[in-house]
Amino acid sequence: MTIEELDQIAESVRVENAKFDYEINVCMGTGCLSQHSDQLKDALTTAVQAQGKNALVRRTGCMGLCAAGPLVLVDPEEILYQHLDASHAEAVTASLGGNPIQELQCELREHFDQQVHVVLENSGHIDPEKIDDYIARDGYRALLTALNDMTPHGVIRQITESGLRGRGGGGYPTGLKWSTVAKATGDVKYIICNGDEGDPGAFMDRSVLESDPQRVVEGMAIAAYAVGASKGYVYVRAEYPLAVSRLTACLRDARRRGLLGNNIGNTAFSFDVEIRLGAGAFVCGEETALISSIEGRRGTPKPRPPYPAVSGIWGKPTLINNVETFANIAPIIRKGGRWFAGMGSDRSKGTKVFALTGKITNTGLVEVPMGIKLREIIEVIGGGVPDGHTFKAVQTGGPSGGCLPAEMLDIGVSYDALIRVGSIMGSGGMIVMDDTSCMVNVAKFFIEFCMTESCGKCIPCRAGTAQMYTLLTRICEGLGTMDDLNLLMELCDTVKNTSLCGLGQTAPNPVLSTLKYFRSEYIEHIVHKRCPAGVCNLKVPVEVSA
Amino acid sequence: MPAFTPPPLPSDDKRWKIVNGTMRKNGFARHALIETLHTVQSAFGYLDDDAIRFVAQSLRVPLSQAYGVVTFYHYFSLKPPGKHTMTICTGTACYIKGTDKLVAAAEKHLGVSQGQTTKDGQISLMTARCVGACGRAPVVLTDGAMVGQITSEQILEQLERWAVE
Repeated sequence: MTIEELDQIAESVRVENAKFDYEINVCMGTGCLSQHSDQLKDALTTAVQAQGKNALVRRTGCMGLCAAGPLVLVDPEEILYQHLDASHAEAVTASLGGNPIQELQCELREHFDQQVHVVLENSGHIDPEKIDDYIARDGYRALLTALNDMTPHGVIRQITESGLRGRGGGGYPTGLKWSTVAKATGDVKYIICNGDEGDPGAFMDRSVLESDPQRVVEGMAIAAYAVGASKGYVYVRAEYPLAVSRLTACLRDARRRGLLGNNIGNTAFSFDVEIRLGAGAFVCGEETALISSIEGRRGTPKPRPPYPAVSGIWGKPTLINNVETFANIAPIIRKGGRWFAGMGSDRSKGTKVFALTGKITNTGLVEVPMGIKLREIIEVIGGGVPDGHTFKAVQTGGPSGGCLPAEMLDIGVSYDALIRVGSIMGSGGMIVMDDTSCMVNVAKFFIEFCMTESCGKCIPCRAGTAQMYTLLTRICEGLGTMDDLNLLMELCDTVKNTSLCGLGQTAPNPVLSTLKYFRSEYIEHIVHKRCPAGVCNLKVPVEVSA
Repeated sequence: MPAFTPPPLPSDDKRWKIVNGTMRKNGFARHALIETLHTVQSAFGYLDDDAIRFVAQSLRVPLSQAYGVVTFYHYFSLKPPGKHTMTICTGTACYIKGTDKLVAAAEKHLGVSQGQTTKDGQISLMTARCVGACGRAPVVLTDGAMVGQITSEQILEQLERWAVE
């Protein structure tokens, strides 16, 4: 495969698409599929044939706005329809070439206008199971350019210059990680794509793998060339069956097209990728635990150093990056590191995909430039809190992150700013809570999660989270004392500073941040024996004054 | 050292051939343990002692290690599932939208706790740590099919339908 051949494929796709007057894109991501968008697509195909319209009905990945699903985008007019089902198929088809059906149209300009799509540039526009669709949108051009015109060192320089930082949550500079692996000695090196999106409330990686899997594979191949690896693994959660099947199809097609396998692009570079299924362990998102899991063992973390960059799978140097990180690589190589560094804030470059969920009007996936204010994401893009309720907190970073109150909404989203206020960027889950959520109960929810997901290897995490859970349960039941609160804070400190891996070290964050910003709710539970949000079942009988 | 001969298949159930296929594809390498257990679970619905023993012997993994892996990962089940499975997502987005009430309603209706199967073996009630459809929260999987923005009434209706099937 050469760049000229890519051009030919892209041209033939364009010619093929140009034969149609209209393109009807049907979202078939997990969210819309759960509302039977597959039946909708069949109905649209039937209607197009029956009415003799010259239209292409295409399956696409996620269009982002899950709240309004199933979504259909009609090109070239870019008319977005929402909440469609099979019964609308005939009317939508009949409207092609005429006036759009207004009552079915989704008019959320402000939701889309504020977004900048880099990672999601193809989501909702291509058929995720057609490699040629991806190639027609400049797919694999970056890989072949890198192989033919760039040295591995040159590739790493572009990545370093872009300022890209790990999108899994840690925010480690990607270029630095790559150059460490490139410098590591050893003839066998590995690439791992971390798709173990265990964060409850986050689904960016699932969506990228379902909507545009080739982009992730291309990113991995470029990384392999840069660091000198020849074998890669994608570690995906078994809970994401659609992502696994689309990824399987994607790998098969890439091999057929000669974009994976031996001598890619007629060069000396060979690379292939295997899928490894997770089995439901949150701790496997930690890189050393993930490596143990790929090796077929219990997913328990190991002390670092040695870092995987030096000693990873089977003791070999291993580069491990998140799905979204790899999804950023191809555009950086195509457009240059400087282009990427032009977006975002001072020390957090580019864009970030967030999963916007909870008590918010426009739930779904959004991609915004770094540095954008939280308020803009929640109130403008997210459409604010629905049903007349008031905003209370936004939770970022999952069980490792924190809850931020309304006063913090004017901070710009970046790795450093979020850490400063007691939360973390995390992988990109953003859960909005309103006045019906009890923040003590939320802290208990996260600690329960960490307690059950603790692998049990180190004591602070195994025993500490359990004790924290007991204390929080007491407080939620109205049985807590102020001493309990002090003990809880002491435990937070111990667990945070003495746990072996990230899971334990960050487990106290939801407690610490709620104590910092919503301390009055704890006091209400302890002193006044009442839950301000009316969530907790307090066991203490309310004294009725005579 | 004599060449290793894998143990015979536990029975002539055709599903064992699928299991063997996964191991052969991975060259009977030890690191294929989790992959193989996935195959067993998707073929049989759960992992029983015979299956774990067979896989451990075939891959030359100590039985203790195989058992350790099975019990470490939540996805693997040692008990046979009911004829139908209701999986309620308890991820953060679903929790914020009141999934604890859904679990409580289903538990009360079925008379079993989460993770258990009704005595007649008809329905299993499971919870999941986020199925990644948070935009549609609260979410359940009814026999693996995802249903979003569900109410406890809808769950109970489904459970009643299953009870008589």
